[in-house]
Amino acid sequence: MSQIKFWQGNKAVAMGALAAGCRFFGGYPITPSTEIMEVMSEKLPELGGKFMQMEDEIAGIAAGIGASIAGEKAMTASSGPGISLKQELLGYAYMAEIPIVVVNVQRGGPSTGLPTKVSQADVMQAKWGTHGDHATIAYAPSSVQECYTTTIKSFNMAERFRQPVLVLSDEIIGHMREKIVIPDSETLEIIDRKKPKVSPADFIPYKADDDGVPPMAAFGDGYRWHVTGLTSDDWGFPTNKTEEIEKKANRIISKVERFREDIIEYKEDFMEDAEIVVVSYGSVSRSALRAIRVLREQGVKVGHFRPITLWPFPERQIAEISKKVKHIIVPELNAGQIVLEVERIACGKCEVHRKSLINGELYKPEEIMTFIKELA
Amino acid sequence: MSDRFEIRIAGTGGQGVILAAVILGEGAALYTKGLHAVQTQSYGPEARGGASKSEVIYDREEIDYPKATHPDLQIILAQKACDTYIHDTAKGATVILDDFYVTNPPKLNAEVYLLPIVRTAREKIGKEIVVNMVALGAAAKVLESKELVNPESVKKAILARVPKGTEALNEKAFKEGYKMMSEEMACRSK
Repeated sequence: MSQIKFWQGNKAVAMGALAAGCRFFGGYPITPSTEIMEVMSEKLPELGGKFMQMEDEIAGIAAGIGASIAGEKAMTASSGPGISLKQELLGYAYMAEIPIVVVNVQRGGPSTGLPTKVSQADVMQAKWGTHGDHATIAYAPSSVQECYTTTIKSFNMAERFRQPVLVLSDEIIGHMREKIVIPDSETLEIIDRKKPKVSPADFIPYKADDDGVPPMAAFGDGYRWHVTGLTSDDWGFPTNKTEEIEKKANRIISKVERFREDIIEYKEDFMEDAEIVVVSYGSVSRSALRAIRVLREQGVKVGHFRPITLWPFPERQIAEISKKVKHIIVPELNAGQIVLEVERIACGKCEVHRKSLINGELYKPEEIMTFIKELA
Repeated sequence: MSDRFEIRIAGTGGQGVILAAVILGEGAALYTKGLHAVQTQSYGPEARGGASKSEVIYDREEIDYPKATHPDLQIILAQKACDTYIHDTAKGATVILDDFYVTNPPKLNAEVYLLPIVRTAREKIGKEIVVNMVALGAAAKVLESKELVNPESVKKAILARVPKGTEALNEKAFKEGYKMMSEEMACRSK
């Protein structure tokens, strides 16, 4: 039976994680993400899971990676300052191919910045925050309902591709309460990591299947494997051989890139005859939609495109749109991040307008209406 | 879109304005048929003492923009909050100000009520901590008159939220607020 609740976005993230099968949380509290941790601390023990408040954010993700290696679905959550600290371990999880979900409830930065105010300035950090080439998967929920569903999807993608997946929430979405319909757990699609089908004696830890993803044994299952942040061969041991280096480096990117069309999600509104399109995500999309609804009633041909996955970015879709419309407006709560992708993809086929708000507030619908009216 | 109704409760950190708004959200979303609600909040990095506001939007349709632009109902429990948040009140809105802490009430093109919310909590109930429940009672009367949410739904939401053992205290405070606002409104309509 589905249930109706009036939840905060952060609570929906935590409850979505539990529904996806998350049974370990390691973290350190920080506004505006703390409620995720609070809910996990309360609910995990009831479900036989483990909750650990660590000494800092680095240890939080480290504990999560350890739990994942031991076979549990694991999560950590934080905001800007904590996410910066987690970058090294995030890279470790990309390299060692350990599934983990990392939630960033974005607040103003750099540094400790604005604890209680909204921002979208960690979008590029999500892609390039840790050093080295890797393929990023990141979801940007724009409602409490989506906090729940995208967290479940994040676990599914983490398990399917054996790597970290990010939920890029923000202070507004994380702290906002609204109606959410909790689906019957039997209707949820849940993906679990592939386990080895061979005996422990025949197990080659990083030998990938045809999909590019190696099956993953849990420590304690009787399979032996070596986990390292160094570039490794199929056996999990460090290598300096160029062909092995190239194989590993390509595989951890291509295992995701090959399936980008499976991963990419977006939502279109009022697009049929649109001449101006607003591309926005997360909390800003709610202001944009209101602006567009008001202007549509006045006959302005404006539509909305909302990437739900920021990474991989919906390139093909933006390319198509840029061929059909005159203007794309990209309002963001940062100095211009996703707009760089839109400009690159549109590549002069239409005009792309960068709009930035970096004062800790959410765009008001009137402000976005003004941007649209200037072009209509 | 004309069905959109915006509520803001503002005061000082510690007065329970966020909880009050959560309860108004739950009263609509969980206990009123056909009404959507979104609740947001805004506060500073300090635990107590800073200006704090919380907003609730009601609509018959799904709600996009989650914040208030021109509140139709404002409840303000501190002078600093009043100075910060009063300016965008909608024309003809209902504004309830606490007569103890709001010492310099502004002139507005709105229905302004200066009510003893804090004094009622302190003197009639004996605990200032229930100030938000008195405010909720006053809000419930306004929402009833606008045919949005009935007081029973707000009461249900309160009882589901408050700590066990404090139900009677909170309900009493709620009833006092409701009675106070009812009397004021009856007085004005004469």
